[in-house]
Amino acid sequence: MSRSKVPSASWLPKLVVAPSFLLSFFFIYGLIAWNGYLSLSASHMLPNYDFVGFSNYADLFDNDRFHVALKNMLIFGVLFIGGAMALGLLLAILLDQKIRAEGVLRTVYLYPMAISFIVTGTAWKWILNPGLGIEHLVQSWGFPNFQFDWLVDDQHAIYCVVIAGIWQASGFVMALFLAGLRGIDDSIIKAAQIDGASLPRIYWRIVVPSLRPVFFSTLMVVSHLSIKSFDLVIALTSGGPGYSTDLPATFMYAMSFSRGQVAMGAASATIMLCMVAAIVVPYLYSELRTKK
Amino acid sequence: MSPRSLTWHRVILWTVLILFAIWFLTPLYVMIVTSLKDMDQIRGGSLLSLPTSLNFGSWNKAWDQACTGTDCGGLKPYFMNSVYMVVPAVAISTTIGCINGYVLSKWRFRGSEVMFAMLLFGVFMPMQVVLLPMSQVLGYFGIASSIVGLIVMHVLAGIPSTTLFFRNYYVGLPDELIKAAMLDGAGFWRILWRVVLPLSTPILVVTLIWQFTNIWNDFLYGVVFSGADSKPITVGLNNLANTTSSVKEYNVDMAAALIAALPTLFVYVVAGKYFVRGLTAGAVKG
Repeated sequence: MSRSKVPSASWLPKLVVAPSFLLSFFFIYGLIAWNGYLSLSASHMLPNYDFVGFSNYADLFDNDRFHVALKNMLIFGVLFIGGAMALGLLLAILLDQKIRAEGVLRTVYLYPMAISFIVTGTAWKWILNPGLGIEHLVQSWGFPNFQFDWLVDDQHAIYCVVIAGIWQASGFVMALFLAGLRGIDDSIIKAAQIDGASLPRIYWRIVVPSLRPVFFSTLMVVSHLSIKSFDLVIALTSGGPGYSTDLPATFMYAMSFSRGQVAMGAASATIMLCMVAAIVVPYLYSELRTKK
Repeated sequence: MSPRSLTWHRVILWTVLILFAIWFLTPLYVMIVTSLKDMDQIRGGSLLSLPTSLNFGSWNKAWDQACTGTDCGGLKPYFMNSVYMVVPAVAISTTIGCINGYVLSKWRFRGSEVMFAMLLFGVFMPMQVVLLPMSQVLGYFGIASSIVGLIVMHVLAGIPSTTLFFRNYYVGLPDELIKAAMLDGAGFWRILWRVVLPLSTPILVVTLIWQFTNIWNDFLYGVVFSGADSKPITVGLNNLANTTSSVKEYNVDMAAALIAALPTLFVYVVAGKYFVRGLTAGAVKG
């Protein structure tokens, strides 16, 4: 672009974006560093800037509640990511079969994504409650011994979070896969059909492999969602019974804002940052590099 | 494939599709019927049974009488807080994103791509990592526990995604348009106003809906940064549903949950296409 024509061209754009970029970089990187420092400090009820080194991290990894949060993260992460990806892919493939009412079905599958996790949690809490919810419903169908009390059972409550999470997110995965399926060249599929390949075989051999890039970006999005999960647990179980459904995000919140363990809260936030960064940074790097 | 096996395929396909539709719709159905029952019907009937008589009392109660903790004003004040928070936060974050995207696509300078990449990390980072320092910052400026503080938080958290949306959209606009306008003597702002903005309606709608949905549905910042009289709707709903002091009124809980969900559900039903585009644009960088 010729700059001589517009004298303001060289400095005006920079000046215009400078305030919001400076603020954003302070917000992202400045506050990450600040939080990092807090995690190395002697903060308890209030931030305190005396340096104590890595002892908060040592305490964190000795903390039984944090172990529970990590274990739940693993259970929730694997089942939620696996469940939402599998269901989303299935729905996308089914919807891709030239369904007449595709628009309506897609709207139905995706609407949970438009509502708050707090709403989802409140609704599922009522559905899953052992008194008047599903348990009562199935008993009234003539199975008086049916029991379903996972929500109040500390061994199983985390699976309730998984169920509600998959309900909310699988439509989103479907939308991403459907966009990917629509990008596949129809003529390849036609050619395979003419060669006599069966439909499942075409999907398994041609369609699913060509979804690879979409698969990885979807996996990335769903995984970072699972690490950030917070609202759903709060609304559905409040982390309970006890702290049996704590995830790192609810642990961080409890330590920082109700237990007066600011430094440990900051340390657990740093651990969450590392988990997300391990997934997102390689992804962003490859995305931005291939574009050039 | 023979026509007969084709028909069978379609039958199975449709059965599966409809079963899934039922699975997705059941919670909404349960919320609606529960909100219309009184407590006797809830105890006497089952989760799925229809209300024997329509009863909007729980909607009234959820709106302006239900108790959250000690205060019994229903969801109304929280709903209004959310409105006062959402409107400026969406407007400001969208405006900034639009200008940033315009510069990052049409007025690139040395280092602008790196800055964009650095900004992108803000789309994905777990916000837990900024909560503690941010509460210090908001306190320093005297806007902790206020709606203004929440607006600032939402704008800062939203800039990376709004910038991403506009930048990726503007990359697709031909540079010739800008060059032609420059030859006509138009400057930076004039080109944005006269050439770029008139072409921006789709991405503007996508971004507005995206930001509206996210900010309305946010719970994390709401619960951390709000004070007694600035709590947003999600916090109000959670407090209401988790109040354990009295008898559990599930009908009021469900009416409250529906009230909290209605604004975003309405936008989704009216403009779902744009919402889906926002979802996919946030995930797959093009």
